[in-house]
Amino acid sequence: MEFIISRYNPETDTAPHERHYRLDERELGADTMLLDALLLIREQDPTLAFRSSCQEGVCGSDGMNVNGQNRLSCITPLSGLKSPIVIKPLPGLPIIKDLIVDMKLFYQHYAEAQPFLQAKSISEAHEHLQTPAERAQLDGLYECVLCACCTTSCPSFWWNPDQFLGPAALMAAQRFVIDSRDIQKRDRLQTLDDPMKTFRCRHIQNCTAACPKGLNPSRAIQALKAAIAKTESS
Amino acid sequence: MTHLHHASHQPTLQYHVFDAVVLGGGGAGLRAALALTEAGHKTAVVSKVFPTRSHTVAAQGGINAALGNITEDNWEWHMYDTIKGSDYLGDQDAIEFMCREASEIVRELEHFGVPFSRLDNGKIYQRAFGGQNLNFGQEQAHRTCAAADRTGHAILHSLYQQNLRAGTRFFDEYYALDLLKDQHGEMGGLMVMNIHDGRYHVLQSGHILMATGGAGQVFRNNTNASINTGDGLGMVLRAGLPLQDMEFWQFHPTGVAGKGMLISEAVRGEGGVLKNSLGEDFMQRYAPHAKDLASRDVVARAIAIEVKEGRGCGPNKDYVLLDLTHLDDATIKARLPGIRDISLTFLGVDPAVAPMPVFPTCHYMMGGIPTDLHGRVISPDKNGAQQIVKGLYAVGECACVSVHGANRLGGNSLLDIVVFGREAAKTISHALHQNSSKKTQQAGSADIELNLDSVLQRIRRWQNPAPSTDTLLAIRKALQHTMETGCGVFRNQDSMQKALQQLVQLQQRLEQVTLSDHSQAFNLERLAAYELENLLAVAFATVHSALNRTESRGAHSRVDYPERDDSEWLKHTLYFNDGHRLDYKPVNLHPKHHAAFAPTERTY
Repeated sequence: MEFIISRYNPETDTAPHERHYRLDERELGADTMLLDALLLIREQDPTLAFRSSCQEGVCGSDGMNVNGQNRLSCITPLSGLKSPIVIKPLPGLPIIKDLIVDMKLFYQHYAEAQPFLQAKSISEAHEHLQTPAERAQLDGLYECVLCACCTTSCPSFWWNPDQFLGPAALMAAQRFVIDSRDIQKRDRLQTLDDPMKTFRCRHIQNCTAACPKGLNPSRAIQALKAAIAKTESS
Repeated sequence: MTHLHHASHQPTLQYHVFDAVVLGGGGAGLRAALALTEAGHKTAVVSKVFPTRSHTVAAQGGINAALGNITEDNWEWHMYDTIKGSDYLGDQDAIEFMCREASEIVRELEHFGVPFSRLDNGKIYQRAFGGQNLNFGQEQAHRTCAAADRTGHAILHSLYQQNLRAGTRFFDEYYALDLLKDQHGEMGGLMVMNIHDGRYHVLQSGHILMATGGAGQVFRNNTNASINTGDGLGMVLRAGLPLQDMEFWQFHPTGVAGKGMLISEAVRGEGGVLKNSLGEDFMQRYAPHAKDLASRDVVARAIAIEVKEGRGCGPNKDYVLLDLTHLDDATIKARLPGIRDISLTFLGVDPAVAPMPVFPTCHYMMGGIPTDLHGRVISPDKNGAQQIVKGLYAVGECACVSVHGANRLGGNSLLDIVVFGREAAKTISHALHQNSSKKTQQAGSADIELNLDSVLQRIRRWQNPAPSTDTLLAIRKALQHTMETGCGVFRNQDSMQKALQQLVQLQQRLEQVTLSDHSQAFNLERLAAYELENLLAVAFATVHSALNRTESRGAHSRVDYPERDDSEWLKHTLYFNDGHRLDYKPVNLHPKHHAAFAPTERTY
């Protein structure tokens, strides 16, 4: 099986370049994940750099562009990929080395979305009550692993990376707007009522297609926009 | 760009000064950092990965607290279960403290935004988990507070979010090499490396909190992330301090067979059943009362015995099945969505339709850096008296308080990290207020001189440009194989002696091997070298501690000494890497608010 991997070493290269690797099919089982293949390639070439940690799709470290689609390598079965497998870093962010991008901007946008609960202060003798139906509103939003597969697949983010918050951050914003315990909904929506931060989203749906966790950031942003519109009209 | 050609010339070392430095961005580190930042202390968190990628994120089942949302419950019952689960090696004062704090700290997490699953009355959902009962060992308890089966993710993200709110300073993707002592031999800082550009920095602080997590990568099959390499443990050993109870490693009963992904105890808590090749619910024979929800060490041994005696499943008869096909689809989707994902992704089966192949897999380190229940690191002086190590603290999996003793209960590790993370922060905050002169040392000031000799030597050792035929990866794989065959679920004198001989050879290979890559940006080979030094130190600590303990207790199962021996071994092991010296200290049997629980026979 052939792999074409984008390589870039800031100390010696002026631009990324492709490098070809081969793995013997016999080394690869029917259930081999792309991460396993990358680890085998690293045995051939210890200089190959990519992030990974949990190896089961919950830490969100190993986002990369595989045959044109953003994916987490540890939960991408090799059997579903056409050879040669072309692997590039996530698009739209500066490359540090090989498949490792600088995610500073992504994290800044996340922080800008104020992704923390602001609830009524109550005694530690009690929890905030939340019905199962209210809690179910958070499903499909809170599970985000911050891998950036969605945001770096978004043309609006590529075009205005410094101003458009991007799908991951906006989904995080919606996760708190919709939380029945949060009391800052109005302020949150006012802050997000911005043509660049939020309304650059054109619902191209790349984010939803890219999410390796099966979440739907596009739908979350739509709900967020609707809530903003409702506040404006009220 | 090469830095640090020799010790006397260090123009590229950058110094930073903090009131407190938290090493590790998992749940323990983030809970501590939040409290320190909120108390107004200038606090840095150093993490080798972006904090939400720390391994707390992978915890599934839940966090224990006797909230009593489903049945009546109280912390004394939780305390009893934890002590019994620890096979009486846990310190009863620390266990009591943790269980007393549990309800309040879980509600605090809820206030921080953790999206716990809910009951119809709006309260936090609590599930059944192993080794937990009502009324001192009677009916099954429902004490484990859960956010579906993603409780660790929910807690870690919420804690990171609260730190964003508070304004904690993060050094993300910085790797810590060693603790630095000042001219008086006291803790004065940390040497760290920015993984992005390979530059070294000194973080100067009189208060260093180790929250570096576990070291499951010493075993071949493990549920741990690749980052779990025992970095803090290696640092502490190199600083001349001991590690406690390193012979006790938890093998989680249900890792995906041959692969290692964790299948949460929540599966059995929600009604899943283990079956052998005869289709028999075999746990009935090993734990007639608790069955599949016996303590983890008991269930792991039962599975290993079933396989050993030929009742394993599959073509090689080397695993058992975890069956939840009798549960309805809605329950699986609502309560176990993450497990369903893992099964679909890694096994290609829907757990509602087909059972999952599982086998015991290294999961958790009960041992670690010895601390008191305030998070302060302790070490014996020349006369054997336990003394506080000034300026050094440890919490979470890297620490040994000890609340888990010889076997941890499911749901107690998430509790451990937040309870002792918060408590250690209180201790540090108190010390900072008491000693304000120590609060802001001037960077590079004349009165503080940090000893950099040994860490610079370590850095230079890996700059050796000579080629080598051996590789770090080969040594690491051999180490993991050695530990699995020599010191796994079952051990004996022969298996461990053999492992020890192999470790000595691996040590020699590690001293000879060199790097093929000397670049600066994201040099993962160099990172692997530093990590492997720590893994090997942890492996030595484990085998030496395990060899000397001639009994079976909790997760330490010796075929040659199958019985627990309280007359000789109701004590904690302390291991020092200097000459692989061992020392012992008594188990604390003096809780403050409840009478002590005397060791009795442990059955489930």
